Amino acid sequence: MSEQDVQDWIGKQVANNDVVLFMKGTKQMPQCGFSMQVAQILNHLGVDFKDINVLDDMSVREGVKVFSNWPTVPQLYVKGEFVGGCDIVREMFQAGELQEMLNEKGIANNAQTQTA
Amino acid sequence: MAMAADDIARLIKDRFPDAEIQIEDLAGDGDHYAASIVSEAFRGKSRVQQHQMVYDALQGNMGGVLHALALKTAAP
Repeated sequence: MSEQDVQDWIGKQVANNDVVLFMKGTKQMPQCGFSMQVAQILNHLGVDFKDINVLDDMSVREGVKVFSNWPTVPQLYVKGEFVGGCDIVREMFQAGELQEMLNEKGIANNAQTQTA
Repeated sequence: MAMAADDIARLIKDRFPDAEIQIEDLAGDGDHYAASIVSEAFRGKSRVQQHQMVYDALQGNMGGVLHALALKTAAP
């Protein structure tokens, strides 16, 4: 794939799936502590998400850094919007902001009743 | 591949002269850091924007020689 094809492919994944996590490893078997933390938070909240293992494809691993001008993986996208990496997702989760944002965007999660 | 805490602090200080910076070497291996940065420059910016500003100040070292830098940013 050319660099532009990779960007298009990433754009399509992010557009066609409500919640996408670019990570090292898979949600069943994360291969990096930071990726694992974000997957755990999403699982804890009962959020259905698509995991994309950047270790499977070097062009995606590099391309996703360009896509959002963000130098590291994991990267979480909700409804096409870049939310952040591990630090931001954890901070938002601890502050209850992640749950709030998911509810606002109509993403099913088990924190729904608390803020409804 | 590693980077000294002083080098990280200097790059950040160059970009944000008013910043209060705390850097912790998490694993003692010069490769896993946590940084807390407070600067007026972050006011009114989203978290993503704040972190992007720091990554920009690190001039491409983040994700390269610098493997892990847990960031916490805030305005004073």
